[in-house]
Amino acid sequence: MVPSFWPILAYAGFLVGLGGAILLISHLLGPRRHQRAKHDTYECGVAPVGTARERFPVRFYLVAILFVLFDIETVFLVPWAVTYRRLGVPGLIEMFSFIAVLGIGLYYVWRRGALEWD
Amino acid sequence: MYAFLIPLLKIVVVMAGLFGAVPVLVYFERRIAAFIQDRLGPNRVGPMGLFQPLADAIKMIFKEDIVPDHVDRVLYVLAPVLAFVPPALAFAVIPFGHPIRLLGDRIDLAIAPAGMGVLFLLAVGSTSVYGIAFGGWASNNKFSLLGGLRSSAQMISYEIPLVLALVAVLMTAGTLDLGRIVAQQAEFHLGILPAWNLFHQPIAFLIFFIAAFAETNRLPFDLPECEPELIGGYHTEYSSMKFAMFMMGEYVAMISMSALLVTFFLGGWSFPGIDPTSTALLSGIASVVAFAAKVAAVLFVFMWVRWTLPRFRYDQLMNLGWKVLIPLALLNIMATGVVGVA
Repeated sequence: MVPSFWPILAYAGFLVGLGGAILLISHLLGPRRHQRAKHDTYECGVAPVGTARERFPVRFYLVAILFVLFDIETVFLVPWAVTYRRLGVPGLIEMFSFIAVLGIGLYYVWRRGALEWD
Repeated sequence: MYAFLIPLLKIVVVMAGLFGAVPVLVYFERRIAAFIQDRLGPNRVGPMGLFQPLADAIKMIFKEDIVPDHVDRVLYVLAPVLAFVPPALAFAVIPFGHPIRLLGDRIDLAIAPAGMGVLFLLAVGSTSVYGIAFGGWASNNKFSLLGGLRSSAQMISYEIPLVLALVAVLMTAGTLDLGRIVAQQAEFHLGILPAWNLFHQPIAFLIFFIAAFAETNRLPFDLPECEPELIGGYHTEYSSMKFAMFMMGEYVAMISMSALLVTFFLGGWSFPGIDPTSTALLSGIASVVAFAAKVAAVLFVFMWVRWTLPRFRYDQLMNLGWKVLIPLALLNIMATGVVGVA
């Protein structure tokens, strides 16, 4: 039997609805007084300098790329993890070589300094 | 008609439990913080300050809903909703009690008895970073941007050891079905020691436990909202209920994480004295209470840690994640593989 997934969708719908309702209620109930200073970007009380749309350290981008790589490879581990007893030693050897490649990749990234923050 | 009512009822129960627990948690967090720091804490509104969260909520709702002029309006409004939907959605596949039989029908106590529960969790868990990343970006504020970036990098970094720790648990369990993972843990070794995965996979438990703190942005890993450096971080520009929704998201994430920890490592709804094969209503209620009590105990540890440990530095945080937890988790998987096949 195929399990029915509609309750998950309904649940997600309820959650988004709740979020929308909260936003709407606070929008309706709160006062609204427009003042230029209040609607300015907050920067410790002084006039904002420039914009926030600037360049930021490339390391964050590197971490994101590394995450995508490693996360996909961990998902590859999941089907093996569930069946590894049936696959036995050949499966184990194959997965160990996979994890070894993953480990070498981590070592390479580590040595190249992509994991260093200063 | 009847087939529709039961899932809807379960959804209502889960949502009421989840969002009803948030104000209670806020209250206890403040009281426990006060107790640990040797002060009184909220004790003015109602008996022992019990109505304090209610007062806070009313105050938040009636505050002005400021949308600053320089923000990206769509993402700015979307971010607080995205902050609490994914962690709450994770609860859809968590079994919060053993199946019960009511009016002749077998009812699983989870919104969706998804056989692929773990994969669903992994997919939903990855999306929880959007709320914070969008909030930080849309605010068009340098502090928010930095807070959002830091937080995104932290959450995605600790997601890898978290998933790797789960892979080790899946190896022990041999299934992706959360209901079966819990049912396995309801058994006993030598008649007394519960067969919790905590005892089968202590290293995975430790990794998951540490990563759970980082994933929920709780101290000692609460760098995204590091007050002295970033003036709040990703929610600096937020006010009124939008700010409250970020806070709600944090607490819901905490509850979900604790529930996952309990489900994967601490035996879920199982408890000595509760027969896992029973489908009686009373026994079912007892299993729900056992589950809630375990989650509450883990939540207490979350708070205890928050008010005991200082904050990590960002480089220490990233080093711990990438250079300690990930290699450790990989070794743990290999060790589990060798032990399991041999």
